[in-house]
Amino acid sequence: MIEVKNIVKIYQTGSVGFQALSGVNFTIKDGEFVAIMGPSGSGKSTLMHILGAIDIPTTGTYFLDGKDVSTLNEGELADIRKNKIGFVFQAFNLLPRASAIRNVSLPLVYTGTTKEEREKRAKQALKAAGLEEESFSHLSNQLSGGQIQRVAIARALVNNPTVILADEPTGNLDSKTGEIVLETFKKLNKEHGRTIILITHEHDVAEHADRIIFLKDGLIVSDIRKK
Amino acid sequence: MKIIDILEETFLALLSNKARTGLTILGIVIGISSVIVMVSVGQGATLSIQASIESTGSNLLMITPGVARNIGYSARSAGGTAQSLTIDDADAIANEVSSVIYMTPQVTGRYQVVYKGNNTNTSVIGTGDTYPFVRNLSIDKGNFITTQDVENTTKVAVIGPTVVIDLFGPDAVADDVIGQTIKINKIEFKVIGVTKTKGGTGFQNQDDRIYIPYTVSQRYFSGNKYLSEIDLQISSSDLMTSAQNEVTSLLLARHNIADSTSADFTVQNQSDILSSISSVSQTLTILLGAIAGISLLVGGIGIMNMMLTTITERTREIGLRKAIGAKAKDITTQFLTEAVVLTFSGGVVGVFLGWIISWGIKYFNLYQTQVSFFSVLLAVAVSAAIGIIFGYYPAKRAAKLNPIEALRYE
Ligand SMILES: Nc1ncnc2c1ncn2[C@@H]1O[C@H](COP(=O)(O)OP(=O)(O)OP(=O)(O)O)[C@@H](O)[C@H]1O
Ligand SMILES: [Mg+2]
Repeated sequence: MIEVKNIVKIYQTGSVGFQALSGVNFTIKDGEFVAIMGPSGSGKSTLMHILGAIDIPTTGTYFLDGKDVSTLNEGELADIRKNKIGFVFQAFNLLPRASAIRNVSLPLVYTGTTKEEREKRAKQALKAAGLEEESFSHLSNQLSGGQIQRVAIARALVNNPTVILADEPTGNLDSKTGEIVLETFKKLNKEHGRTIILITHEHDVAEHADRIIFLKDGLIVSDIRKK
Repeated sequence: MKIIDILEETFLALLSNKARTGLTILGIVIGISSVIVMVSVGQGATLSIQASIESTGSNLLMITPGVARNIGYSARSAGGTAQSLTIDDADAIANEVSSVIYMTPQVTGRYQVVYKGNNTNTSVIGTGDTYPFVRNLSIDKGNFITTQDVENTTKVAVIGPTVVIDLFGPDAVADDVIGQTIKINKIEFKVIGVTKTKGGTGFQNQDDRIYIPYTVSQRYFSGNKYLSEIDLQISSSDLMTSAQNEVTSLLLARHNIADSTSADFTVQNQSDILSSISSVSQTLTILLGAIAGISLLVGGIGIMNMMLTTITERTREIGLRKAIGAKAKDITTQFLTEAVVLTFSGGVVGVFLGWIISWGIKYFNLYQTQVSFFSVLLAVAVSAAIGIIFGYYPAKRAAKLNPIEALRYE
């Protein structure tokens, strides 16, 4: 369960501070499928980074499964990132000069999984993300934008996280591969009970979600649940 | 994170950036090997000079006419021109100074030596039968000069191995040479012996010499009764100073000189010469070491440069690794392992290369070399420190950032 209370994020650049989030409150229960929408610069990615425990809010509290994330130490944060969360970055952030397989299996290195197991699961995740098998051993600079996106998605799935946070996961995909990815998310949500939170600009994509949160200027302007 | 995984991540990271890895290792290799080579040349020079001085004989006192202007070998060649020492002085020393075991007079000159068509210009030392004992000289074939040769002014010569090659050709055997007649300064001499090689080239080739009775030198070459040097072997090294004093006062008395500062001769102790020359060659070692230090520094800056230019990319990589669950300790361990593997492999190659080059310099007779353990240690320590500091500390700092800060690093 995700619970955020009065989250404020101020980016300090020199002497001027920019308030990217101005007090955000919501609760997302386990197994929900949520889409976050909003204009560019409204603070969607900022919020997502905080939910993924890879950035900290300036003020406000964030409870993940009842634990106050701001009180956790470095090691406990790392455990949350590797065991609970799968994050798809808006900028993908693949390891340069490394193959698709290696990129996807990287999170498993830190969970102490054996090499064979890592490869097996990386291949499964890549298939689930819709990457063609012949691209598995391509280096990250030999992949197309859409392929890179699918590798980034596969990397988020590989450690079987309970929460998947995806920042515009279908932005670079044609409608057919976008559908494959969304079907994968849906399947993880419906059959495995995973919590899915994704950011999107497209209404068709948001339609797949059970709930849509609209963000504007760092504030939630609407929070709609579908029946 | 398992050790095998840390090692695998390290090797994949090093392999995926071959240029960076290669240039860093190259910097380390150049730094380390140049220090080793330079210091080994300096050390080798010191050792070969010492060896060459020591091989001239132990507990040696050398008396030369005139005043030595500067200490060392130059004094001997420069001093020889003054005329103040005679064989009577030499005999008096031998008889009156009790710690003298052997005395050998010398009359030295350089002359043209001819055998059939072959020519050489070499140092001709007129001396007596005790010379081989005082100067550590061994005879390979035949005999050295005898007291009879000296008394009878016999024109016989004992020649060094270099002279044998110069006069009789490179294939000449000592046996063929003995009994031949050579011409020194147009005067005929019979070769009665060949000396053993003294090895250790140094700056004075002790194999390029001819020995004849000093009486012959005086009669046919110098034309006077003076000596250019008297060498003494003293019974023990403890008695060197007292022997030096006794010889000085005896000669002052014989030459009727009251004031020792106006002495017309110089008594030099072999160890004085040794220490002054070693200090010169130590300066040489320090100088070469300094040059090597500069190359180590340049290599080090190369390593730093490689490490620092990739810091942006590496910081992003650290941010990514942390975002997907790496602990700060996983990151620092990986980067420390990387730095250690880099500096260690560079270090091993550098030490090996430095050693091979030093060996090659010695093998091809360019210089005497002696690899010093200290230089190896110093070079390895410095480059390891540079590699680890610049490979590890930026990573340690980056590992403390939160993942998003590291991912956004510019
Ligand atoms: N590191 C930073 N330093 C300063 N300002 C920042 C930083 N990161 C984001 N911002 C600012 O915060 C605001 C929100 O950024 P954010 O990335 O959350 O937007 P977004 O909603 O994801 O936009 P988009 O749809 O374009 O991805 C933007 O105005 C941005 O300029
Ligand atoms: Mg964004």
